[in-house]
Amino acid sequence: MNITEKILAKASGKKAVHPGEIVDANVDMVMVHDLTGPLAVEAFKKIGVEKVWDNQKAVVILDHQVPAESIKAAELHKTMRQFAKDQKLRIYDVGRGGICHQVMPEKGHVVPGTVIVGADSHTCTYGAFGAFATGIGSTEAAAVLATGKIWLKVPEAIKINVTGEFQKYVTPKDLILSIIGRMGVDGATYKSTEFTGPTIKGMSIAGRMTLCNMAVEMGAKNGIIEPDETTRKFLEGRVKTLPNFESLKSDKDAVYERTVEFDVSKMEPQVACPSSVDNVKPISEAGNTPIEQAFIGSCTNGRIEDLRLAAQILKGKRVKDGVRALVIPASQEVYKQALNEGLLEIFTDAGAIVCGSACGPCLGGHIGLLAADEICVSTSNRNFIGRMGSTKASVFLASPATVAASAVTGKITDPRKLEAKA
Amino acid sequence: MNMKIKAPAIKLGNNIDTDVILPGQYMTLVDPCELAKHALAGLDLAFPEKAKKGVIIVGGKNFGCGSSREQAPLALKYAGVKCVLAESFARIFYRNAINIGLPVIECKGISTSVETGDEIAVDVEAGKIENISRGKCFQVDKLPPFIIEILADGGLIENLRKKMK
Repeated sequence: MNITEKILAKASGKKAVHPGEIVDANVDMVMVHDLTGPLAVEAFKKIGVEKVWDNQKAVVILDHQVPAESIKAAELHKTMRQFAKDQKLRIYDVGRGGICHQVMPEKGHVVPGTVIVGADSHTCTYGAFGAFATGIGSTEAAAVLATGKIWLKVPEAIKINVTGEFQKYVTPKDLILSIIGRMGVDGATYKSTEFTGPTIKGMSIAGRMTLCNMAVEMGAKNGIIEPDETTRKFLEGRVKTLPNFESLKSDKDAVYERTVEFDVSKMEPQVACPSSVDNVKPISEAGNTPIEQAFIGSCTNGRIEDLRLAAQILKGKRVKDGVRALVIPASQEVYKQALNEGLLEIFTDAGAIVCGSACGPCLGGHIGLLAADEICVSTSNRNFIGRMGSTKASVFLASPATVAASAVTGKITDPRKLEAKA
Repeated sequence: MNMKIKAPAIKLGNNIDTDVILPGQYMTLVDPCELAKHALAGLDLAFPEKAKKGVIIVGGKNFGCGSSREQAPLALKYAGVKCVLAESFARIFYRNAINIGLPVIECKGISTSVETGDEIAVDVEAGKIENISRGKCFQVDKLPPFIIEILADGGLIENLRKKMK
């Protein structure tokens, strides 16, 4: 069996499972946030059970519209606070957490080998730690809160084998954009995507999270990476007890629907052009588009490694007049680290605005929205029509290095060229 | 819910994402009837008016891709969408639709066999789809019994209520 099959077999009390089989899995952790949580709470109340099945296995995180930008959002937050209080659930409120997909692993809610569901499509991020993690809707989250179980079809798996060393300023974000560009936005629909190979083994947790985060953008049920020493180092001190990682390795004879190979050694920075995540071009073919906004943040690229990279490029430079640059650390922990390392000063000196840890402009429902005909280059994960505001605005997706370089020049820019000029 | 549906089709393209089905700026709305007023606002502001007498959406590949927002299928359902037929669905949208009692059926070849305005009949339980206007029939794999049961109960919550009694 591969790692996903092993986790699903264990969670459903079976010795083995096969692709296509429907299993009733025990859930180890469920997460809801401020936009999907209120519908889940309403549905939970309708089911007619008093208590959440296990209050140690459910987490509430306020991150999408925090601090509340409207009375409506404030009411939704109030609903979630009350539910967490009534049910004695762990809640990460404004100023205590940050973006759910960063907070979950940081605070020890992600354990390798477990089944995690979240009422957010980017829940697949936790596959970076060797967990089976997938997004669900609000009603289903309510059902999990009541029963602790979920039906899942065991997915066929695609192995994505990555080799080679990244060039300077080429990042895991460029890799995942390149993968999605080749696979297509429905290239992995219903399937498991397992990232493997020497490049993945040498990759930081931050990079692995970026890869797994965007697995859903090619339709995948989950993205997953075998846990190793890098995983252990990140989770030690955060998770109470770690499982034996030996049981979380794909067998040599594990079955895959197919294997796709990627070599990053000659890869250049990649850009996903409007308005589909698979409309990916190497930057040499996508460059020079003038921009009005540059966004560095989100559950895809708001980690300390991402901010360091952006700061390295922005240090001693100015954001181009006419461009607004937004930097949003993914969590309070990342924010504090960036503060201590002097990164926030670099951003501020460059003329960027640093906002509090939250989803920000990514979903077009809070701050940093775009007007008609404006263009944003963003480190986030979606460039759909209307995603960041006006349906007439455009979003290009790129790495933190590319977005930072573009903020300086005012047009989509290869970070390697900016450095050559300096 | 009624498992036999008849309504005119509205045809949409490939990769209809949940951001165009329900843009993020309306995500704070809670009342499904309010959500319905913005159904498909990213693509066609007139959609709620077109759908209110009852329609069947015929989509292409990867219908409902993107965010997990259940507000997307909810907005469609309350705007008057009786059923969504598509070449393929994004998995979270697919589950969400079933969980709120909106039938969704994967049907290969449907998008090239239907035009907007065609009268479509669907027998959800039998997996039968008929384009009455063009005299074309499709037989798809039947949905598993537990999914039929969730749809028949009008959604997962009603289904669970019955089971947990």
